[in-house]
Amino acid sequence: MMTVLLEIRNLDVRFDTPDGEIHAVKNASLIIQEGECLGVVGESGSGKSQLFLAAFGLLAGNGRATGQVLYRGEDILGASQTRLNTLRGSAVTMIFQDPLTSLTPHMRVGEQIIETLMLHRKMPRAQARERAKEMLDYVRIPESARRLKQYPHELSGGMRQRVMIAMATITGPDLIIADEPTTALDVTVQAQILEILRALKTDKKTAIALVSHDMGVIAGLADRVQVMRAGEIVESGTADEIFYAPRNDYTRMLLSAIPKADDTPPPASKVGPPLLEVEDLKVSFPVSRGLFQKPLTLRAVDGVSFTLHQGETLGVVGESGCGKSTLARAVLQLLPKTGGKVVWLGQDLDAAARTDIRALREDLQIVFQDPLASLDPRMPIGVSIAEPLRALEPQLSRAALKEKVRAMMARVGLDPAWINRYPHELSGGQNQRVGLARAMIVGPRLLVCDEAVSALDVSIQAQIVALIGALQAETGLSLIFISHDLSVVRRLSHRVMVLYLGRVVELASSTELYAHPRHPYTRALLSAVLAPDPRAERAKKRVLLTGDLPSPLDPRAQLTFLKSRLDDPGYRPKLEQVAPGHFVAEHDEFLTPVRI
Amino acid sequence: MIATGQTLKSSEEIKGRSLWVDARRRLFHNRAALASMIILGLIAALAVLAPLLSPFAYDEVNYDLIACAPGWWPVEAACRAPGHLFGTDAVGRDLFVRVLFGARVSLAVGLVATFVSLVIGVLYGAVAGYLGGRIDGLMMRIVDVLYSLPFIFFVIILMVMFDRNFILLFVAIGAVEWLTMARIVRGQTLSIKQKEFIEAARAAGVGPLGIITRHVIPNVVGPVMVYVTLTVPGVILMESFLSFLGLGIQEPLTSWGVLISDGADQMETAPWMLLFPALFMAVTLFCFNFIGDGMRDALDPKDR
Repeated sequence: MMTVLLEIRNLDVRFDTPDGEIHAVKNASLIIQEGECLGVVGESGSGKSQLFLAAFGLLAGNGRATGQVLYRGEDILGASQTRLNTLRGSAVTMIFQDPLTSLTPHMRVGEQIIETLMLHRKMPRAQARERAKEMLDYVRIPESARRLKQYPHELSGGMRQRVMIAMATITGPDLIIADEPTTALDVTVQAQILEILRALKTDKKTAIALVSHDMGVIAGLADRVQVMRAGEIVESGTADEIFYAPRNDYTRMLLSAIPKADDTPPPASKVGPPLLEVEDLKVSFPVSRGLFQKPLTLRAVDGVSFTLHQGETLGVVGESGCGKSTLARAVLQLLPKTGGKVVWLGQDLDAAARTDIRALREDLQIVFQDPLASLDPRMPIGVSIAEPLRALEPQLSRAALKEKVRAMMARVGLDPAWINRYPHELSGGQNQRVGLARAMIVGPRLLVCDEAVSALDVSIQAQIVALIGALQAETGLSLIFISHDLSVVRRLSHRVMVLYLGRVVELASSTELYAHPRHPYTRALLSAVLAPDPRAERAKKRVLLTGDLPSPLDPRAQLTFLKSRLDDPGYRPKLEQVAPGHFVAEHDEFLTPVRI
Repeated sequence: MIATGQTLKSSEEIKGRSLWVDARRRLFHNRAALASMIILGLIAALAVLAPLLSPFAYDEVNYDLIACAPGWWPVEAACRAPGHLFGTDAVGRDLFVRVLFGARVSLAVGLVATFVSLVIGVLYGAVAGYLGGRIDGLMMRIVDVLYSLPFIFFVIILMVMFDRNFILLFVAIGAVEWLTMARIVRGQTLSIKQKEFIEAARAAGVGPLGIITRHVIPNVVGPVMVYVTLTVPGVILMESFLSFLGLGIQEPLTSWGVLISDGADQMETAPWMLLFPALFMAVTLFCFNFIGDGMRDALDPKDR
């Protein structure tokens, strides 16, 4: 029998807000034993984070917690600040979602780690520095000695999260609370961070409370799982029980909403004539390096070509900084391009006059990632939806406009009576429906979805994806579906294009790409997809890329997968057709993909 | 994260709502702002009706009643003028009617100059910020050059070139105040320009002018309102400063600034000469602050 490390009994958390009291956590009880990983899963607003914040006295000022929180038998709910501070720094540590805001911006990384050690372990400085370096090595930060002297903003997101893990582990805690530790990271980096957490659990026997909205993250790491919904724990059990034999309806719904990597791709619809042809498109930005130095050129999109047919969906996949959003904006003429051609229905858009471009907006529309940020906070949603119509068909009367808006709202599953609501009065999913309605109201022929579902909860994500699919089937519009998530892309896409640092590394039909990925980067991306399947996740052999994405400013970065050509840094890997319709960029075979 | 979105019932009003209609409703629900508007309205009405309310003219000199306290003045005074509500000034003019005439000038200068600076500053700043690049650089350098002109020098030149003129006062003050407004609006615009909803509007086919008027300006209104409420008192004070130098309002016309500076000289012997104009001015400035605060809240739809 293992010893119980933390026991939470009947914890209630309430917040006083101007809108009345919010009951964030309702009568939650849980147990964490030594050395085990407890996964707490739930959608946004389920109270999963508040549960642990409340347990360790970190609630916001307007919150109150009642119940019992026993750490090794000692009730710490309402314990003195001094006691809690000692406990939080050394025995129980936390890792949060955003590593940039959790690190002090003006202190060097090394100083922050050393400070923790000197404070909680009373270690002399020299010894602490030595220990800090060891710890950075442990979390696989390359060149640890140099990193200690850097500031947080000089590190990448993945690197910062590793520093956070190092800080959380260095005092040798019994329990680490990891609150959405990988949500802000790219998939390949997420896989690395999860590896480190897994190692912590096995080598150091540290218990981990893993809070996440992502069933895949939980599946790979957790021994036991608790499912939370609207403040209540609706189901708890071992990982196998929850994933293979869920008893609660909500758990079942969560599991079924997850896009599985083996989702059946949509039936290939009648694919019409080419609508959009993009040839060798290039977009670059000058990056200023101070007053007296020549600015560098950042090639965000570096020679991308593709064709899109009527009624077809092209999935565009890549990690942050790969140029997928820039590509979309250049195609939509929202950004000036530096080279190449965009041909729409046989017409070169370069030659098109400004007024033609305005008219073109009827055909080309976009849905953005952040549903709230892409709506004007001071405009009722009805006005936002009507905006493209007002701009493009100014002859419409007010009544006709309103009629169209109502019809469109009903079409995307919004109550037309909400026409005068403001965006902040709606949920994320509803706002994304508003964004979709705004794009669809002019009847476009091409819709670009730029990470349109990435910010949503999985269950909402599934609804929006289904809605986009239905709209496509109904109107025969073409889609460019951009996402960092391969499994979401798969649900809609007929063809998938994988981007790496502004260049296409692989382009193939969706069935072909997921079944026979050729390029090492595609393989790494695919293996980083987390399935909600604990047994498979435990057994999975991953193609791990080490380190972070190289800087796009480094000309050699393009040759990450073609090391044999490194003697010519200006060389760009060429696309080769390996099977009909399957294009792969040149790369070295049988090379472990290690990044520069 | 606490989802507040779903708490609304779908049966809620479906009447036409717009930013300004909603803002007016919220403004009238703000008690401090509503009271302030009523008080300001009263002061303005008094100022307009001043000649009807008082038997004395604003420039009627009475050498028998020099610096006399009002009849009801509770403290011992050298002389009393029972018919004069606020007493009389150093040349025996009725203070009540003079304070109200001063209100005319001060409120007019404050409101008109602020309005002028608001219109020019907001448009100029929003255009410069939204267009960016070279145009922004050029427009803001013009502002910098105008900033560097000494204000008093500028006013003196204006007064010399054209005659001493009431209208020139507005022009001079407005011409200086809009510069700060333009800078504030430009800064706000630069940050709003980065927001995704601006890009969404561009993708929707809205032209630059439409984006500035429909998206940028409504979203800069919060900081602008706060600045406006600081500008009105500033302008009123600036007018009194100019009048003090002899560049502004000329006797026998008067303004609160002039009355206060005259009153300050006689503070020890005739405190009412300072008290009444100062009281009116303080109340007015308070009211502007409350209204500005209320407008800022009212124009933010997230606020309830």
